[in-house]
Order: sequence, then C-alpha cells, then structure tokens
Amino acid sequence: MTKQAKWYMLTLVGKDRPGIVAHVTAALYEAGANLGETAMMRLGGNFTIMMMVQFPGSRRELEQAIATETDSLDLTVHIDPIEAHLHAHHEPDVRITVYGADRAGIVARVTGVLAEAGLDILDLESDVAGTAEAPIYVMQIEGRAREGIPALASALEIVRAEGVDAHLEPVETLVG
Amino acid sequence: MAVLDILTYPDPRLKQVSAPVTDFDEALRAFVADLEETMRAGPGGVGIAAPQVGEFRRIVIVDVSAKPKTPNHGRLVLVNPEILEWDGMVKGREGCLSVPDFTGNVIRAARIRLRAQDEHGEAREYEMEGYEARAVQHEIDHLDGLLFLDRLVSKRHDLFRRKVYAK
Ligand SMILES: [Zn+2]
Repeated sequence: MTKQAKWYMLTLVGKDRPGIVAHVTAALYEAGANLGETAMMRLGGNFTIMMMVQFPGSRRELEQAIATETDSLDLTVHIDPIEAHLHAHHEPDVRITVYGADRAGIVARVTGVLAEAGLDILDLESDVAGTAEAPIYVMQIEGRAREGIPALASALEIVRAEGVDAHLEPVETLVG
Repeated sequence: MAVLDILTYPDPRLKQVSAPVTDFDEALRAFVADLEETMRAGPGGVGIAAPQVGEFRRIVIVDVSAKPKTPNHGRLVLVNPEILEWDGMVKGREGCLSVPDFTGNVIRAARIRLRAQDEHGEAREYEMEGYEARAVQHEIDHLDGLLFLDRLVSKRHDLFRRKVYAK
C-alpha cells in the first residue's frame, strides 16, 4: 500500500446475516484496500459497520470494488473521503452511565448538560432494554472532563433531580 | 544510571517467560536502578517489568504513590514475586509501555496477597488492593510472557463478582 493512497470512511447498513464482515473485508483486501479503525454494531437487528479504508483509487472505484458483495447482501453503502489520524488516540478519563424509563429527549438533555459542564464525548452507546410495554433506556458514555470531574458530577445532579438515574466514575488508565 | 530501551509489541521476546533471580549482587541493584529510571522516564508509568527492557529475569518495579487517594506501599522492588491469594474482581483500563497507543479493559483481582524478595534478597509479604494490586498483576504477567492484550474484555462485559483463590 502506497503512502499516497487516500482514506475513506465506508459505512454499510443492512439486514444482519452471517458472514457479512468476512465477505466485505475479503473483497476490500482483493481490491488492494487496507483497513484502519473499524466498528461494527448490531442496532435493532440491523447490521451496521463503519470502516476506515485506505484505497488507491476514487470513491467510485471503491464502491465498484465491493459492489458484488454489497449488492448480493443488500447493503446500503455510503463512502466519505476523510483525513486519517491514526496513532493518536484520546484516552477517556471519565465514564458515565445513565438509565431510566425510556422517554423522548433523554439523550439530548443529558448530553447537553454534560457538554456545558465540559465533557468531550469519545464513545457513546445507548440501548433500549426492558419490554415493549415498559422500555428502559441505558446509556454509557466515555469521555474527557475538560473542566474536571466535579463539574460533571454537579451537572448529573441536575438530570438526577429530573428523575433519571446517573452515575459517574473516573477512568484511571494504568500504564505499566 | 541509564534509561533503557523498551521492547514494543510485536517483538516476540515479550512472550518469553523470565527466569528466577538467584544472585542478589551489586549488578542486580545497578540493573534495578536503571529499570526504575526507565519506568520514571515514561509519561505516567506506574510499573515496569525486566523483560520489557530485554532482561528475562523475574524483577518488577511498581510505584503508584503519585496517584492521589490511592492506597499504596510506595516504591516496590519485587524480585521473584508470587501471588499467594486473589480476592474479588475489578474491571479497569490498562495500557502498557510496550504497546503504544492502545488501551483496553482488563479484569484483575481486587485484592492480592503477595510474596517477593527485595533487591537485597530479603523475603517480604504484602497485602494490597485496587490500583496498586492491578499494577502488580500487570507486571507479573510480563514475567510470564503475557500482555494485557491477552486479557482484554469487552467494554460492555458484565462483571460477576465472586471470590477467586490461589490453587
Ligand atoms: Zn506492560
């Protein structure tokens, strides 16, 4: 792989079925592409993956290189040119868990309050648990507390007062 | 004193099992001093194991005293360390001087009882918990050719609390 090959963010969405990742990555490999960071998730039974792909051709050529697979697997394809900042991870220093009865606006409310208190989100996952009649919302956030952890703790007091359960713990990364 | 070069993965030597120390001489103490200087030269390093600098002997150094509000024994030189008892399990985030630009979650015993010799060959026992216990377990793994990469768990891994004892 040459240094000049461009980086793309390749996003695939479709119905989950066995072997999607293996099929698509094999096609990418055969087309001379190189993978960077990737994340695959199953969201509500849907297959979703985002892959940093380094590829020595155009966006169109990348799309064509995997077309046989994405067509047969019925995947929606989205490709964006990106800048690849590899080897420059930001480490989280705080982890926040929020849960409660599912209700509209909970993510916006919680993340809004936390952003104001200096949280940079590095990773966010949320889930709807419980039953269809009584859904529970669970959100886990990892991030960096730009203005310190006490500022975030005070911010969480606000959402707690509104009836959402929330707690926070520092992430101490051991290096040894 | 000197800062030593640190082996980084995928160097296959990091998978080597280290041999017990038998001679507690000036050469050992000089090496311990270099190893400590190497640990302190890195940003945020709270522990180091001899095999990380290519010396395959059972020597580790741990010092978590710079972390606020963390119970600790200060600077610990542990030669031929042996964990006698494990208790509890805690998930925590780890990185490694030998694995640049990656951190991940690892489950470790919450409390351990440990026997080791110091750099003069004196046998000692320690009881430790939390961050210090985690650091010691991470470093002893290096002596057995294990990296934290060998113990990664998912960030969503459910942690069932139960007691674990030495065989
Ligand atoms: Zn290490």
